[in-house]
Amino acid sequence: MFDRRLLKNFDWILLLLLIIISAISVLNLYSATYPLRQAGGSVIFMKQIYWFIIGFAALLFMTTFDYHLLGRLAYPAYFFALALLIVVLLKGEVRSGSQRWLSLGGVMFQPAELMKIALVIALARFFSEHDHPNGYRLRDLWRPFLLMALPCGLIIKEPDLGTALTIGIVCFSVILFAKVRLKSLLILVIGAFLAAPFIWVNLQEYQQKRILTYLSPEMDPLGAGYHINQSKIAIGSGLVWGKGFLQGTQTRLHFLPEQHTDFAFSVLAEEWGFAGSLILLLLYLFLMLWGINIARTSKDKFGALISLGVVAIIFWQMAINVSMVTGLLPVVGIPLVLFSYGGSSIVSTMAGMGLLMNISMRRFMFQ
Amino acid sequence: MKRSGFDPVSAEAFSKRFRIVGFLIIAVTVALVMRLWLLQIVNGPSYRIQSENNRIHLQDIPSLRGLILDRNGRLLVANEPSFDLYVIPEEIQDPVKLFSNLRYLVGIIPEQVEKRLDGNNLRYPFKPVLLKKDITSEQLALVETHLFNLPGVLIQVRPKRHYLFGPSACHLIGYMGQISENQLKSGKYPENKAGDLIGKCGVEKKWEKYLNGLRGGEQVEVDAAGRTLKVVSRKPPVPGQNIFLTIDSKLQFLAEKNLKGKKGAIVAMNPNNGEVLAMASSPTFDPNRFVAGIDRTEWNKMVSSKDYPLQNRAISGLYPPGSVFKIVVALAGLQEGLLDPEEEVFCNGRYRLGDHTYRCWKKWGHGEVSLHRGLVESCDVYFYTMGRRLGIDKMAYYAKMLGLGRPTGFELGFEKQGLVPTREWKLKRWGIPWQAGETISMAIGQSFLLVTPLQMASMISAVFNGGYLYRPKVIERVGKNGKDVYHFKPDPMGHLQIKEENLMLVRKALIGVVNEPHGTGRRARLKRVIVAGKTGTAQVINLETEKGLGKKADLPSGLRDHAWFVAVAPAEHPVLALAILIENGGHGGSAAAPIAKRLFKAYLEEG
Repeated sequence: MFDRRLLKNFDWILLLLLIIISAISVLNLYSATYPLRQAGGSVIFMKQIYWFIIGFAALLFMTTFDYHLLGRLAYPAYFFALALLIVVLLKGEVRSGSQRWLSLGGVMFQPAELMKIALVIALARFFSEHDHPNGYRLRDLWRPFLLMALPCGLIIKEPDLGTALTIGIVCFSVILFAKVRLKSLLILVIGAFLAAPFIWVNLQEYQQKRILTYLSPEMDPLGAGYHINQSKIAIGSGLVWGKGFLQGTQTRLHFLPEQHTDFAFSVLAEEWGFAGSLILLLLYLFLMLWGINIARTSKDKFGALISLGVVAIIFWQMAINVSMVTGLLPVVGIPLVLFSYGGSSIVSTMAGMGLLMNISMRRFMFQ
Repeated sequence: MKRSGFDPVSAEAFSKRFRIVGFLIIAVTVALVMRLWLLQIVNGPSYRIQSENNRIHLQDIPSLRGLILDRNGRLLVANEPSFDLYVIPEEIQDPVKLFSNLRYLVGIIPEQVEKRLDGNNLRYPFKPVLLKKDITSEQLALVETHLFNLPGVLIQVRPKRHYLFGPSACHLIGYMGQISENQLKSGKYPENKAGDLIGKCGVEKKWEKYLNGLRGGEQVEVDAAGRTLKVVSRKPPVPGQNIFLTIDSKLQFLAEKNLKGKKGAIVAMNPNNGEVLAMASSPTFDPNRFVAGIDRTEWNKMVSSKDYPLQNRAISGLYPPGSVFKIVVALAGLQEGLLDPEEEVFCNGRYRLGDHTYRCWKKWGHGEVSLHRGLVESCDVYFYTMGRRLGIDKMAYYAKMLGLGRPTGFELGFEKQGLVPTREWKLKRWGIPWQAGETISMAIGQSFLLVTPLQMASMISAVFNGGYLYRPKVIERVGKNGKDVYHFKPDPMGHLQIKEENLMLVRKALIGVVNEPHGTGRRARLKRVIVAGKTGTAQVINLETEKGLGKKADLPSGLRDHAWFVAVAPAEHPVLALAILIENGGHGGSAAAPIAKRLFKAYLEEG
C-alpha cells in the first residue's frame, strides 16, 4: 500500500500550515487558560496538545489508504454517525444544558463532529454518482436534502444550534457547487424565507434572545449583549501589536466569556493585536486556497467534492466565528476551527485535512 | 463503485466554479480583516480605554472628619468605628442557612436580603453587597463569634461621627445629614458624592469644607466577577481640620443642666472680646440620631413639635426684653440730658396717660424714685416717665446703638435680628401711626420690642467693657498638627456713643440690682464676687387680658411671663457676661437670677 511516490507527493505545505496553526492555537490556549492555572487550567492546555497529537495521527491515518475506498464506506459511515447521534440523545452526557457528548472509555466525544466529515463524504459520493451537467432540479436533490436534514434535526435537538448550522451551510455549499438549476435555486431561497418564521418559533428562548441582541446590542448591555461587547473591547484594545503574551487584561480578568472555546480568537487579538490576527487569518486563507487548489487539481469529481466540503467546513466555521467575536454576527456558539479548545472538532477536522492530503497525494497517480 | 473521472467539459466547469469559490474566500477574509482594522486600528484607542475601565475600579477611602473640641481641648465630637455587614455572593455556601442565621443574629429578613442579592450576584459575584449598615456592638460580637459559620459574610469598618455628649451644645455643633441633590448640583461640594453625610447645621455646616478633609482613593484591579486582585495606586485621604470652640464645656454643661426640663436659652460670653463661652438652648436633640439617618416619623415629630427642639433659642428665639430694656432707656436719658440722675419721680403704682392707666409691677408703688433706685428696684413708673420724656425716636436710636434690632454678626446661621419699632415701621407694617401709649410700654421693654438672648449678652457686655459691641464668636481656632488656618480675633462691630460717666451710673445701679437689699436681682448675689445685672419679666400677654385670668401662678404655662436675667461679673473688671432667658418662667429675679448665680459661682469661684 505504501508507495515511494506517495511519500514524494506528500503535501508538506499543508502539513506545515496545520502545524503552525496548531502551535499558535496551543500557545493561545495557554494564555486563555492561564488565569485558571490553579483551578485546572493547565489540564485544558495539556489536553489540547494531546488532541492535536491524536489529530495529526488521524490525519496521517487518513492518508494511508486510497480515498476511493471511502466511496464504498460513505453510506455505512454516514449511518453509523447518525446512529451515534441518536445514542447521544438517549444516553449522552449532559453539560451546561445540552446533550452533545458520548463517553468513550472516559474520553468525551461529540458525534456531531464526526457527522461533518461523514456527510461531506456521503454527499460527494451522491453527486459523483448522479451527474447532471445542466444542473440539478429539486426533485433530483431529495436524497442530499434528506442526508442533511436527518443529522441537523438530531443535532438541533441536543441542542447545538452552532454545529447544526455549520453542517447545514456546508451541505448547501456542496450542493450549490454541484450546480443547481436557477429555477430550483429561486424556489429554495423563497422557501427558506417562508420557513424562517417557523424556525424562529422553534428556537429556544436563549437562541432568540441572541439574535435579537445581535440586531440591537444596546438593548441589553449587561445581559446577552455583554459577551459581544466584552469581546469587541478585547479585540479592539489589542491595537496594532497587542498587549503582549499573557498580558491581555480582558482575558486575564475573565471579562471574556468562554475564552478558550468560542472566544479564543478574541484572546489572540487582544494579546497580539491586529498584526497577530492578520497573520492567523492569512494562514487560514492560505490553507483554504491550498485546499481549493487540491480540489481543483484532484483527478475526479469525488475527490474534488470531498476537498471542497472540507474547505467549506474550515471556511464557514472560521468566517462565522470571527464574525461572531467581532460583532458582525450573533453569538451562535461556533468555535474557531483548529484553534479553539475542543477534542472532537480537532480530530474530525484533522481527519478531514487527512482526506485533503490523501486527495492531494493521489492526484497524479493512475491505477 | 463507478469511477467517475472528469470528463473535459465538467472539469472546465468545475475549474470556473473553483475560481469563484477562491474569489469568495478571499473576499470574505478581506472583509474580516477590514472589520479587525476598524476595531483594532480605527476604534482601538477607545476600546483600550474601555478595557482599562473594565479592569480598574475606583474605591473611595473616606477621610476622617475633623474633631470638634472645646477651648480647653476637651473632645466634644469625634469619629468612632462603625461596622457594616456585607456579604460576598460568590462565597455563600448555603443561602437558606446563612439567611436564617443572619435573621437570628442581626435581624435581617431573608426576603430583603435575597432582593438585594438579586441581579447583583450575576455581574460581580465577588463584589461585597451591603446587608446592614452600622450594626450594634452586640450584633458585631455575635457575628464575629459565629463568623466561621457564616461563609461569605464580611464586616467592614467605616468612621462614623460621634457626639460624645449627645445633646450637649447640639445647636452650636449642629448635625450631619445626607447631602441633598440640590447641594450636589450646586457645585459647592466638589468633594462629595451622593449618599455622603455633610454638616447640615451649626459648626458642622459652617465649617464643612475644613472639617471634611480630602477623600482618598484607590485604583484596584478587579476581574470580571468583581474580585479585587491588587491595588494599582493609592491616594491617601487627608483628614479634616480640627475645630476648637470658644466654648468652655464645664460652663456649657452647667448651663444645660440649669435649663433641663425648661424652655429657654443661656448665653455666656467673654464681655471683653465676644468669645461665646457657653450657649445653651432647651429643649435639645441628640445629633447622634441623625448620623445613621433619622427616620421620617422621628424627623417629623422633631420638626412639628411645638417645643422647636431644633431651634437655637439663643440666636433665633425672639422675646420682648422686658425690664432689661430699662438699661437702654436709662442710658438714652442720661446721654440726651433729659434725665437727671438725682431727679426723683413719685411712684404710687400707677401712671396715667389720657384715660389709660399703666401700672407698676409693685402694686402700692415705690414712693420717691431716683435713677439708681429706679433700676435697682426696676420701677416701671419711673421709666414710663422717662420713656415718655425721651419719645419713641430716641429710645429706638439708643436701642439700635446698643445692638438691638440688628444682627450681632454671630458666625453661625439662622440668627434673627429682632425688632426695634419706629414710627415709620409702625405705619408701614400696621398702617396706623405710632400711639403715645406704645411709647409707655416700650419704656419697660414691651410693645413691639423683640430681642434675642445673644443680643442681650452682647449689650450688657458693651455696657461694662467700655462701650464695645463685639461680634460674638464661637470658633477659637481651626487647624491640625499645630498649624492653624484660622485663629480667633476680637471683632468690634461698633462703639457706643455714650459718655463713660453715664455708663458708670448705670453700672453702679446694676451692681445695686444684685447687691442692694431691695434689688430685684439679689438672688444672683455672690459672697466673694460682685455681680451686676438686670432682671426682666417679659409679658407674653398684656396686663389687660391678664387681669381677667386671675393669679399669675395659675396661668397656663404658655401664657406665663418669660424670665430674663442679664448680668456680668466681677463688676469691676468683668470676665463673664450672661444672658438667661426662661420661657414662661415667671419673674426674672426668681426664675433666672439664681441660675446666673450658679454659673458665676462655678466659673469665677470654683473655675
